[in-house]
Amino acid sequence: MSSPKTMKDSVVLQVKNLQVSYYTDAGRARALDGVDLTLSAGEKLGLVGESGSGKSTMALAMMRMIKPPGRIEGGEVIVDGVDLITISDEEMLKARLSKIAYIPQGAMNSLNPVIRIGAQMMDAIKAHQDQSTSDWVSSAEMEKRCKQALESVDLKSNVFKMYAHELSGGMKQRVCIAISILLRPKVIIADEPTSALDVVTQRQVMETIDRVQDQIGAAVILIGHDMGLMAQFVDKVAVMYAGRLMELSNVREMFTDPKHPYAQALIRSLPNLENKGVFNGIPGMAPALLQLPGGCAFHPRCPRVMEICKKQRPEPTTLPGGRIVECYLYPATA
Amino acid sequence: MASITLTQPEIYRPSRLTLLLGYLRRNTGLAIGLFILLVLVVFTVYGLATADLSDAYPLSVKSKQPPSLEYPLGTDFFGRDLYVAMVVGLKQTATIGFLAGAIGTFIGVVLGFVSAYFGGWLDLGIKSICQILTPIPALLIQVIIAGSLDKRDVTIYTMAFVVVLLAWMGPTLVIRAQVLTMKERQFVSVAKLSGMGDLGIIFGEILPNLLPFIAAAFVNQVFIAVYASFFLAVLGLGPLREPLLGNTIWAAQTQSAFFNNWWWWPVFPAVALVLILGSLAFINMGLDELANPRIRRAE
Amino acid sequence: MANLLELKNVSKVYSRGLLSRVSTTALNNVSLTLDSQQPTVMTVAGESGSGKTTLAMLLLGFIAPTSGQILYKGQDIHTLRGEDRMMFRREVQAVFQDPFAVFNPFYTVDHLLSVPIQRFKLAKSKSEARDKMVEALTAVGLRPGDVLGRFPHQLSGGQRQRINVARALMLRPKLLVADEPVSMVDASLRANILETLGRLQKDYGVSIIYITHDLTTAYHVAKSIVVLYRGSVMEAGDVDTVIKSPQHPYTRLLIESIPWPDINRRWGKTEIKTKERKLGGYSLTGDEENVLQAMIKAKEMELGDNSVGCRFSARCPFVMDKCSQDPPLFQLNDHQAASCYLHEGNSVIAPERLSELLPV
Repeated sequence: MSSPKTMKDSVVLQVKNLQVSYYTDAGRARALDGVDLTLSAGEKLGLVGESGSGKSTMALAMMRMIKPPGRIEGGEVIVDGVDLITISDEEMLKARLSKIAYIPQGAMNSLNPVIRIGAQMMDAIKAHQDQSTSDWVSSAEMEKRCKQALESVDLKSNVFKMYAHELSGGMKQRVCIAISILLRPKVIIADEPTSALDVVTQRQVMETIDRVQDQIGAAVILIGHDMGLMAQFVDKVAVMYAGRLMELSNVREMFTDPKHPYAQALIRSLPNLENKGVFNGIPGMAPALLQLPGGCAFHPRCPRVMEICKKQRPEPTTLPGGRIVECYLYPATA
Repeated sequence: MASITLTQPEIYRPSRLTLLLGYLRRNTGLAIGLFILLVLVVFTVYGLATADLSDAYPLSVKSKQPPSLEYPLGTDFFGRDLYVAMVVGLKQTATIGFLAGAIGTFIGVVLGFVSAYFGGWLDLGIKSICQILTPIPALLIQVIIAGSLDKRDVTIYTMAFVVVLLAWMGPTLVIRAQVLTMKERQFVSVAKLSGMGDLGIIFGEILPNLLPFIAAAFVNQVFIAVYASFFLAVLGLGPLREPLLGNTIWAAQTQSAFFNNWWWWPVFPAVALVLILGSLAFINMGLDELANPRIRRAE
Repeated sequence: MANLLELKNVSKVYSRGLLSRVSTTALNNVSLTLDSQQPTVMTVAGESGSGKTTLAMLLLGFIAPTSGQILYKGQDIHTLRGEDRMMFRREVQAVFQDPFAVFNPFYTVDHLLSVPIQRFKLAKSKSEARDKMVEALTAVGLRPGDVLGRFPHQLSGGQRQRINVARALMLRPKLLVADEPVSMVDASLRANILETLGRLQKDYGVSIIYITHDLTTAYHVAKSIVVLYRGSVMEAGDVDTVIKSPQHPYTRLLIESIPWPDINRRWGKTEIKTKERKLGGYSLTGDEENVLQAMIKAKEMELGDNSVGCRFSARCPFVMDKCSQDPPLFQLNDHQAASCYLHEGNSVIAPERLSELLPV
């Protein structure tokens, strides 16, 4: 069941110039340094990057879950017309799960071991109840919704009465997915949802996310470092490096014709069935966020570095087809 | 493959002192405890160096004097200069505390390690003994023991011994628990692969990581020792001649100090005791935080 | 001249409970041989619960088998004492999965390298020891000045794992057990580490047992492969043959589920050119997608420990009555064997001889 074409045109998420820093004893680390993103309903975006690239910080910032010594220092996160950065804490509480949902890494371990699954799901809905408005539903109705959610992730409704330890890893993860769709959010952020799962369960979980997303028409951001998963699942890929968005392309272009040198190196380093025995690593190391190199963050490792790359950070350029690259090899036409 | 190794730009690394002070600012418990302790130590050391220590014993100075310039903390019924008595008393309390604390911690470390690392019957035996002895009300037993000693045999050292007798189980169980977790850690496996023997692993790999716990256990033991010695002394079971804080209060009480308006006699030792125990408690709290990596904020 | 390492019918069973003993078979009658004259890279592939970690622990001598023997140069490793035991320790090393856990947080990272030098007497003086450390670190692409003297939490995961590999390089073992060495390392660094492991085998004659669940990296590094599922060998053979043409239903499932980073190879529309061998009436034609979905769904069922019969039978869409008996290894060709009754037409090969099929 595919989403109707018209839905794809409605933009549900707009991130503008998001900036997050962490203040440590050793100085200020710029975890996110001006990131822009746009996502439409039904779209799947893959956010790729290595450790320290800022992808998890991105997720936390969008959910406004950054804790000190981290701080959101600027930018907008507009979901369904509302800027999540500026609303009050109470409104943000309501917005979480109802507008934007988050499946954290190791979510299966975040299920409460002493409360039944069903009770946890009901808790999630109850927290968003507002008895004064017409949104209020009865307990029976809530239970029905929970069981429907469980069925949509291919779990039997008797899981409602079970405890977390009675389920396998993959099943627990699917419970977390079910919880995330309970209130039909517009955006679902899945942060490495399959990292602890074996390859077969991984496939099942990813196909589940695909299916439920189709059903409720949400947009999905998949965060991870497994390019293989991205190739299988997403529509667009965004590559992050040192807190900056280096390239944003659709998945086919990213794998067949990446533009940014970092993205190119990343694609080249992937093992596949044809290149046995050939190893193409990326020399050097990712910079410490406490002391980013001047200019383009990738310039010390870039095989096509130019003088200007060392001095000034490039502006993001929009290429035909909606691709965005931040690199002097593709200068913005004034 | 040519290995292109590129320079990692030098990250500003703050000096150790900055890190220490920064940490103390965050860990206020530790900071307060250390500060009070420092004040007490300075007070005692200064006193020991400057005063005539024999004044701490009866019939040295004019008796029943309230605090004044000549006798900063006053004098008592028996003619003791209470300021000097305080100084000597603090030193003796410290001696008992550290002695009993050190012995208790040492026993705890040795038994805890042996029990956890080697397991089997040894572990079962030690663990069982600890668990059986723990619920016994230590203070009552100590009162009985101290009470049955001949008055002349009671010295600071016998007091320390009495205190340790029923205090060593705590550190043993704590250290044992820590070693049990530590020995499953992967760096221990790697040490084995690197050819290290059991002793090497115990002293080289596990012990260094337990230093915060051992320190916390030590402070705890000192606390228990000071408290127990005070308890016994207040009941009149301490070495009566010595100006231990507890003894002073006991003496004051037997002479009905408050009724006779000699308020300064019991009050100052009481305040001192609160400060000592308080500082130890704060330090203990602070060390707990240091030892537990989850509470501790990363630098 | 004895083999370097031999596992002879090794089984490991864990039992729990005092009254009603519940036993779990972690490893079931596994036999492997590594030749000292021909260092090779063998991969042991399996998911969690397959027994691959148990295998690693057994190889390193950390746990003892319930039955069977582990022989190092002809001697049972649990009877080694003194000099011989030190020799065993020196020659059998490991690289573990978690780059952080192997470091003792109390010491700098130098400790990881200096301890074995000291214990195995690899250097006669401090400066010689330092030279060895510098040489090994440079060989893995690190700058010694950036790394020595630092504490583990001050370095990145990639740096730490490279130090681990440097340690292995420095010790020049005869056998290296690599337990998921790159799964916690960033993609761009994996190539570097895998290449170093490859070099260890080619240039320094180290035999490597590469344990993983990630078949993509296994394919690149290894020559032979053993696929484990719940303690039993499902399939084994030459890595190219097995991955491109898997014959056991479980292996087939694994291969199909791999998320290849290739747009043209998406799940559900697999175009993997597997030679559809018609052996004994078996062929995976028909609606492959449904078959796969059935296999994936079947995992849901709460599986007890069916120590009798084929471990995979509860999930297998091709299950037959005879599967309630443990299938032997059927030899499919010179370089492949599968433990599945679908291949019954072939000759049986005893588990002890499995290694003859594994190329070096």
